[in-house]
Amino acid sequence: MPIISVKNLSKVYPTGLRALNNINLDIESGEIFALLGPNGAGKTTLISIICGIATLSEGSVTVGGYDIDGDYRAARSLIGLVPQELHTDAFETVWATTTFSRGLFGKPKNPAHIEKVLRDLSLWDKKDSQIITLSGGMKRRVMIAKALSHEPKILFLDEPTAGVDVELRKGMWDVVRELRDSGVTIILTTHYLEEAEEMADRVGVIAKGELILTENKAALMQKLGKKQLTLYLQKPLDAIPAQLAAHNLELKAEGRDLVYTYDTKGERTGITALMNDLNAAGIRFKDLNTSQSSLEEIFVSLVHQPGEAAS
Amino acid sequence: MNLHAIAAIYKFEMSRTWRTLLQSVVSPVISTSLYFVVFGAAIGSRITEIEGVSYGTFIVPGLIMLSLLTQSIANASFGIYFPKFVGTIYELLSAPISPLEIVIGYVGAAATKSIVLGMIILATAGLFVPLKIAHPVWMIGFLVLTAVTFSLFGFIIGVWADNFEKLQVIPLLIVTPLTFLGGSFYSINMLPPVWQTITLFNPVVYLVSGFRWSFSEIADVPVGISFGMTLLFLALCLGAVLWIFKTGYRLKK
Repeated sequence: MPIISVKNLSKVYPTGLRALNNINLDIESGEIFALLGPNGAGKTTLISIICGIATLSEGSVTVGGYDIDGDYRAARSLIGLVPQELHTDAFETVWATTTFSRGLFGKPKNPAHIEKVLRDLSLWDKKDSQIITLSGGMKRRVMIAKALSHEPKILFLDEPTAGVDVELRKGMWDVVRELRDSGVTIILTTHYLEEAEEMADRVGVIAKGELILTENKAALMQKLGKKQLTLYLQKPLDAIPAQLAAHNLELKAEGRDLVYTYDTKGERTGITALMNDLNAAGIRFKDLNTSQSSLEEIFVSLVHQPGEAAS
Repeated sequence: MNLHAIAAIYKFEMSRTWRTLLQSVVSPVISTSLYFVVFGAAIGSRITEIEGVSYGTFIVPGLIMLSLLTQSIANASFGIYFPKFVGTIYELLSAPISPLEIVIGYVGAAATKSIVLGMIILATAGLFVPLKIAHPVWMIGFLVLTAVTFSLFGFIIGVWADNFEKLQVIPLLIVTPLTFLGGSFYSINMLPPVWQTITLFNPVVYLVSGFRWSFSEIADVPVGISFGMTLLFLALCLGAVLWIFKTGYRLKK
């Protein structure tokens, strides 16, 4: 059974704006799921509905098998939420605000657990500091500590590394990995696509309120990834010779590089044929390189042509 | 019932009081003392007695009511408005708590604060004038009911307000005038007959009258009616709060 199941979910604002349109999504227990999409795509709205902050217009959502409306206590108890914006009680101490969150989620006091969370997030020496005195990155970690204070089974991270420096970001991803290893299901949205690429097990792409696809990350890369073979020529070419016109070739670097773009989806890549034709044309190369398109490139191409990429 | 959540909200709200002790407790005490100096000493010396009670003693229940109303509204409205303003409301909305539990936490804390404040003002008043409380149980009853009712009212204002101006406008433009015109500083029998009738549409009259009766058995309206009206306001505010949570009005997107 999926730990989160979203069925035919739509959100229509009173203004008539359709923020989400017929979303169907299952999240499996223990996975890291990355929700990708441009600003205004509906990522935060989707998270807000699942967590109880926004209401849904149509459809249903269950969390751990519990309906988010009918069984909201059981459903919400399972969830920890780290919102995108740094909303904090500026004058509270780190310890007080984290303890408050645990109480709010109906858990009895457990200083040992709070201590562990704060230590894991390198906040222990700041436990008596007022939040207003902390840096942005620390505030972000306080938000994570609050979300983890009640030992959730599911953690939502909405743009968790926005405005966090590289080193801190790496530290944060380590925390996320540890959490996943301890059995927590993680749903994150991020603009740093290379991180989704590095972290996520599965990726969902959302644009204009529609879930364009959900796919195992590796499969997605393979399915949609294009590869490029770059041949570094011994002698520059002025133009692509006529006998090579059948191949998808481009000349770059003033004729010194010949770039062949092929699809990894196809059964045949056409490389052998290209090599034979190059040989026949007497074109020689000194080195070669292949590169695969990144998730970012895939993402950009998906969002710009949703119809073609839908699966 | 998520008792841990109620306790967490209550504790959080009470700790805000300690952080802002000067604003929450000291300033109402000072302003009440000023009222005593101005009304009690300066003006009161020229008004001998009202229905057998010295003017200074007569205004004590009204002064406590004045602070109770304004502080209950201020505490509760700010308590719920502030999380909306800074965005921390997300946590409240995503937590496994029922609307009733949220209200008990916020309104309970706001009412506690204003009750404590009412007692402090009562003690302060004792320094200026001789005090007599004829019906202590009723006195406490009116104190608690009024604090809870107006904390609920403040909660509604806090939910409704989407800027600081709206947060202030109802207390300043409606509640304070109604309190001043509700017999806090005078008996409505002192008014011309027409105004006596008009005054009966002012809900604060019933609160002050009942409260004053519990002190000195002087009442503008029968105490039973005062009590009934207080319960009616409580019910109205409760109904409004339940509606807010049912519809998610100004809380959920």
